[in-house]
Amino acid sequence: MKKINLPITKKDAESLKAGESVLISGVILTARDCAHKRIFEILDDGAPLPFKIKNAVIYYAGPCPAKPENASGSCGPTTSARMESFAPRLLDLGLSAVIGKGEMNDETIAAIIKNKAVYFAAIGGAGALYGKAIKSSECIAFPELLSEAVYKLEVEDFPAVVAYDCRGGSIY
Amino acid sequence: MRKINTQTIEQNVYSMAMRAGVNLTASCKAALMNAEKAESGAAKFALQTLLQNCETASKNDMPVCQDTGMSVVILKIGQQVFLEGKPLIKAVNDGVRRAYADGYFRKSICDPVTRENTGDNTPAAVHTEITEGDAVEIIFMPKGFGSENMSRLFMLKPAQGVNGIIDAITQTVQLAGSRPCPPVYVGVGIGGSFDTCAYLAKKALTRDIGSFNKRADIAEIERAALEKINGLDIGCQGFHGKVTALGVACEWAHTHIAGLPVAVNIQCHCVRCEKVRI
Repeated sequence: MKKINLPITKKDAESLKAGESVLISGVILTARDCAHKRIFEILDDGAPLPFKIKNAVIYYAGPCPAKPENASGSCGPTTSARMESFAPRLLDLGLSAVIGKGEMNDETIAAIIKNKAVYFAAIGGAGALYGKAIKSSECIAFPELLSEAVYKLEVEDFPAVVAYDCRGGSIY
Repeated sequence: MRKINTQTIEQNVYSMAMRAGVNLTASCKAALMNAEKAESGAAKFALQTLLQNCETASKNDMPVCQDTGMSVVILKIGQQVFLEGKPLIKAVNDGVRRAYADGYFRKSICDPVTRENTGDNTPAAVHTEITEGDAVEIIFMPKGFGSENMSRLFMLKPAQGVNGIIDAITQTVQLAGSRPCPPVYVGVGIGGSFDTCAYLAKKALTRDIGSFNKRADIAEIERAALEKINGLDIGCQGFHGKVTALGVACEWAHTHIAGLPVAVNIQCHCVRCEKVRI
């Protein structure tokens, strides 16, 4: 299986083909419904974000709390379609990839192609397995949102499938 | 008359929630294993990942899915039971609250308008039914919302009949596509009123996958809908394949001469459901 070390360059993105299974290692940021709302409020105000979007990878997920002996609790993907009104603008700001589950709309697909980005589908429901692939977790923004906060995760061999590639290929 | 202290209900809800968060039902696990054998390519990879995930969850006592759901609790209370102690609904919520803290489960319940999280996964969605006898039956089902969001309710015309019912079920699964974590389990309510129809659909999901309705004509709807759904080529995670649904379960109730309500409640492949009789 192809191994991907983050960050992803445009050249890396060009080499990925929809349908192929990959193992991702590196740093990703979680954000789901409420965090996206906050990110957009900050962007609309023209204020600086508490983290960098350029070259980042956003994982649509909200983890379970970690047991004291673990780096993370269960942490599988959530439905990406709920974030499709946010994804194109973030991709235009330099987001290199998104990870989630399920189809996204045409605007998102167009933004992936335009920005030479990639959409990885993680396996929805495999929360425990993904929790184990997380080596460290740190809340870096909006802690009051609890599981919906932004967590910086260091992942190792995180299994996913290339769902939309930058040439317009789709697994769906 | 039999006296049952609601403390007993709370304790049962607690242990059921703790088990449900970590384990799939036996019938769901078996259905996923069969699906894995039937598929190839990316869908097979996804199903293998899911089966491996089941093992990881049980071995490490971790939630099988991070969406530990809204706690749906069905209480069937015998009319000869006298419930003493703290208020019943409080007892249920106290059981849920303790389990979600002790199990390190995600707290996913919020105000619908402000979106403020209650922080302890309460309140649960509690249904009570009064039954014959002196027992209390508890069903605990953590319901994830990726799949709940894809559910629909139809007020069909009586003339649409059985074909209309099958089309409504199939169309709901088709529109949901890859979003609800297929292969899905489809709970269907047929008849009743707008509200009871939706509850029937939810109750259908508490049945074992692979079971059929006792009524032959209803069981035939279950079979026909499942066959149509599995012809949609959505497959596990939307990666295409023969298994888009693990099962279709229908429950029915009498309805009005002017109507044919059909509720379709989608459950992802992560079927978690505990049953206890006290």
